Parts: sequence; structure tokens; C-alpha cells
Amino acid sequence: MLECKTLYDKIWEDHLITEDNDGTSLLYVDRHLVHEVTSPQAFEGLRISNRTVRSPEKTIAVPDHNVPTTLDRAEGISNKESRIQVEALDKNAIDFGINYYPVNDIRQGIVHIIGPEQGWTLPGMTIVCGDSHTATHGAFGALAHGIGTSEVEHVLATQTLIQKKSKNMKVEVNGTLGLGVTAKDVTLSIIGETGTAGGTGHVIEYAGSVISNLSVEGRMTVCNMAIEGGARAGLIAPDQKTFDYIKGRPHAPKGSNWEMAINSWKQLYSDNGSRFDKLVVIDGNSIAPVVTWGTSPEDVLPINEIIPNPNDFDVQKKQAVERSLNYMGLIPGQKLEDVKIDTVFIGSCTNGRIEDLRDVAKIMEGKKVKEGIRAMIVPGSGLVREQAEEEGIAQKLKEAGFEWRLAGCSMCLAMNPDQLSPEERCAATSNRNFEGRQGRGGRTHLMSPAMAAAAAITGHLTDVRNLI
Amino acid sequence: MEKFTEVMSVAAPLPLINIDTDMIIPKQFLKTIKRSGLGKNLFDEMRYDQSGNEIGDFVLNQAKYKNTNILIAGDNFGCGSSREHAPWALLDFGIRAVISTSFADIFYNNCFKNGILPIILPKKERDLLMDDALKGSNSILTVNLENQEIKRPDGSIITFDVDQFKKKCLLNGLDDIELTMKKFDKIKSFEDSYFLKFPWLGQ
Ligand code: SF4
Repeated sequence: MLECKTLYDKIWEDHLITEDNDGTSLLYVDRHLVHEVTSPQAFEGLRISNRTVRSPEKTIAVPDHNVPTTLDRAEGISNKESRIQVEALDKNAIDFGINYYPVNDIRQGIVHIIGPEQGWTLPGMTIVCGDSHTATHGAFGALAHGIGTSEVEHVLATQTLIQKKSKNMKVEVNGTLGLGVTAKDVTLSIIGETGTAGGTGHVIEYAGSVISNLSVEGRMTVCNMAIEGGARAGLIAPDQKTFDYIKGRPHAPKGSNWEMAINSWKQLYSDNGSRFDKLVVIDGNSIAPVVTWGTSPEDVLPINEIIPNPNDFDVQKKQAVERSLNYMGLIPGQKLEDVKIDTVFIGSCTNGRIEDLRDVAKIMEGKKVKEGIRAMIVPGSGLVREQAEEEGIAQKLKEAGFEWRLAGCSMCLAMNPDQLSPEERCAATSNRNFEGRQGRGGRTHLMSPAMAAAAAITGHLTDVRNLI
Repeated sequence: MEKFTEVMSVAAPLPLINIDTDMIIPKQFLKTIKRSGLGKNLFDEMRYDQSGNEIGDFVLNQAKYKNTNILIAGDNFGCGSSREHAPWALLDFGIRAVISTSFADIFYNNCFKNGILPIILPKKERDLLMDDALKGSNSILTVNLENQEIKRPDGSIITFDVDQFKKKCLLNGLDDIELTMKKFDKIKSFEDSYFLKFPWLGQ
């Protein structure tokens, strides 16, 4: 009898170089993505020990976290520390001869957006990056996860990673999504169900009709937040949609290589009857547009619910809920829809792609950002920005009252000038609502681009279904 | 990397669950291009008020815990971003061991690469240590990696599990890269057959 293998098992075996008795393994790395924040100490380490980058052609670098997203950045970055970090990456990219998209290159953008966009991300690969949202690339059926800076140095020097195999977990989302429900609602609802530690020690494979009906970009949104569900990686088996998305991209295989690659990628699925250590089944029909109310991504509720009471939670979580309601300035029993917002942030590696911007444009059709609300759109890459301009979306969104920025991580994390002030409340399409994530004292509600657009129109958290 | 053999110290209690790496070291301190000097900003937003003064209530600001080498933490410690700045900040402050019921994967691995021992214990035992930690000054814990033991102030022993490869590296202060570079011939022959099978990946 043939052994049944999961998608994760298959990719793992293809990349296994050595395995010790205790399971400690050396894995081959196909693509190494690098950004300015988690890499300087790794390159410094290489220099100190006189080592080189083993496979510069498989290493791709881009500055994203620190870069300002205002038009004046072409004249240089004014924050000294940010500038030093970006300049360090400029220098490291040249010195070590790696692929590089500098700040003013049209292809620059958030590392997890440009990997797929440029065709660096392909099915069946192992992809690592010193950034936890590397999980995004799993949407292509690639084993992709975040690593620390010591591991960045290890991969640079050896093109391998020391790993132990994780467990297999399957999240099956069946049924069909209702009107106004998007990939973001799916991924947030999954975390609401499993908790932020639900996937710890596992690689999650997302499956079911809802997942296969999602676009490739929607699948990236789902896998992006595998990390918020505690897993290091999320996977989705590639299909025709995936292949169509990849075809013709600058670094996608060409000619006879393309035919060979497709044949190989078609084997990338979990065999019928393969065993998962953990299985979660979710009814897609029951997923509503959701928002987060607390300071953990698991604090998720459908938009028509009320703020929960700390007493409804177990002892340990109760303390955390009290703390987060206090931080968020919310009162138990308050309707979510009554929560007023100050700011809308649309962007990040979760929702900074063209389809996200189209979703926003659709909701904004004929409507305006409510007066007094600060609303900004930060495309995930220079090319996404360009495409939105070509499609006329950019113009419409500007007229509706949005600021139209250059590409970068921006207000997803407060490392660049785009930050919340204390107690400023933000409807955000990013992936983390931790205390201080978007600026000290800032209050983040995570949601889909469509829901963020709805909030921009009304000035409070809003059920987008009432605007469709 | 600094070796880890035995650490003896008062332990600081941090019972909050889901302490994420943004709380351990907020992103404004990630702009450094060095590994050292982050200790003063460890838990920055919990430790200092808006004007930069120490918040007296915060555990690491209390005299008895200021020089601690051990943290006893709530569940799911180190979740969130993969920043290695989190263990760098802990190490720079002087923390060599963190004890909890669970850790986020990336943080857990990052600790070992920086000479910090993260220890996973069942809730009951972690809670005992949390009680010890709350007692403060006279309540010394001893963490011994070789024997995989924690000695409590009353002399009783709690044992823990640790990955044997990670243990060896930590005990000897071994550098992963050096170890892997010894396997370069294996990597090379792997690549040869790998690129025959997947030629489009060889570019
Ligand atoms: S957009 Fe946000 S989550 Fe994504 S890489 Fe940038 S900072 Fe990280």
C-alpha cells in the first residue's frame, strides 16, 4: 500500500538534506527574502566571520518596514535611524550581490507582496524571511515561514535551515461565503475559533470549498494570518488559478521549464486519506463580516455583536480581556457598530493588493470619507499602485477623500512616520491589533478592506452589508 | 554565543498571558543595526510612562527583581512578530531563562540561538514557580541545564524536557553555522540531484 502524504510532508521530503535521530533536520531553502529591519545584524555576522552569501541569486532584498510612504521620500529619509537601516541594506545588497529593489524602484513594496508579484514565489518551494508574515507565500503551496536574525545569517551562509518537522493541521472551510464576506473575515474567524495558540507547533493546510473558491490574492490574505493563529506556516494546495497567476511573471519558469514545473506542481496536494494531527472544520455559510474588539487577533466578533464582558471568560483570559478593554477604551455591552473611529488604514501584506483596493473602490462608489476621518491607502507595492492608477481606482479613491500613498508597511507597524496617537482609534486592514502596534496607545480594530471602507463612510464600525 | 550551564537567581513573575514580542521590545527600538544595548528598553511601554519615568509597579522596576536572571511568564509567551530583538533585549537585561507553559515557536527557537533557555512546564509546576517568584528577595531558583532541573527555594526539584541538540549547543555555546558548514559536501550533492529534478529552481 502506498503511504499517504500531506502537502506539507511532500514539500518537507523534497527539501530534506539530512536528518538526525532526534528529528533535527537540515532543509534546503529555495528563496530567501530579506528586509532592512531583521537583516543588518546577520550581514554584520557574515562580515565578522569572513563568510559570503552562498546563493545570492536565490536571495531577494527590499526595504519596506521603515520607509516613509509620502511622495517626498525620493529626496531621502529624514529619520536618521531609519535612513541608516535602509542604507545598510543598500550596501549589503551591493556588497553581497543579491537581488535588490531599492526604495525608488517602481517594483519596491512590502516583501510579501513583491515575492509573488515578481514570480519569486512558486509552488513546492521552501521560502524563508526574517519576518513572521512569510506565511503569506503558503497560498501558492510553498512551505514559507518566518525566521529570526540568527537564522537569516544561517540561511545567507548556507542556503539551508535547521528545523524539526511540525505537526500537520487541517482547517477546512466548507460552504459558500455570504454577501460582503471576504478572505479577511475567513482568516479572522478561523483565529476567533482556534485562538492565537491553536496552531502552535503545526503547519496549517487550509482546504474546503471556500478556500478553493477564493482568488489567489484572497488565499494570500488567509495564509498571511496563519501566524496569528499560532502556526509558523499556512499552506494551500496549488491549482489552475495558482498556475494562471504565476504564468508570465518576471521570475516564473519559462518554455520547457514551465511545462515541467506545472507537471510537478500538480502533484502538490494532500493524498486522500492522509492523516492530520489536528482538524478544524468551519462552516463558511455562517461566517459574517467581523472586526476585532481587543488587543489579540483572537478577539474577533461578527460586526452585529456587542463588546463582551470579561466575566464571560476563564480566569486567565479574563485578566487579559479587562486589560484590553481598558486599553481599547471600550465598555462591555456596547454595540460594536456604535464604536466611533478616527482613522482608516488600508494596506499591509494582508490587504495591500489590487483586489483589496478594488473592494474598497466598490464600496466607496458614489460615497465619501466622512468629514474629520483620516483615511489612507497604502498600496502594497509600486506596481500595485501603478495598476490602481491605470484602472482609475486611485483617482476615485482620492476624490472620495483618501490619501494615496507610496508603497511600504506604513501604519501596519509604527516604525515609520505613519503612526496613531494615543487613544486614536483605527479601522485597519492589517494583521495585528497588539497594544502599541500602530503607535503608542493607538487602538486598532482589524477588518477587511470592504469593512474598513464602510467605516470610513460612516465614521464608526459598520456592517458593510448595509452599504452594498 | 554565551554558554548556559546553571543560573541561580530570584525569578520575576509576569503572569500576563500572550505577552507578545511588541510588548517585549516595541518596534521603535528595532531600528538599531546592532544586537546589544536593548536591555534598557525591554518591556518599554510597561516599564516607563510617557515621560520616560519608571513605573514603580512594574515587576522589573522593583528593587528585588531588578537583577533577576529568570522570568516566570503566563501562557503563550513571545507570540507575534519574529523579531530576534526580543531575546536580544531579554539577554541584554540579564535574563537567561524564561519559564512558561507555552511559547510561540519562533521566539522559542530564537532564545536558544542567543544563550537563553526557554523552559516549558505543565501549568501546575509553572504556577508553583510563579508563587515562589512572587515571594521576592529570599526566594532563589536554580536552573541547571545539564541535569534538566529547577531547584525551588524549599529544596524541591522540578525537572524539564529539552531538545537534545539544542541542549548540546547551549551547554557548549556552539554556533549553528559552523556546524552546518561542516556538511557542505552533503549540501552540494543534495543540490546536484535536486536541480536535476527541479531544473527551474536552479536559476
Ligand atoms: S505589512 Fe505589516 S505585517 Fe506585513 S511585513 Fe510589513 S510590518 Fe509586517
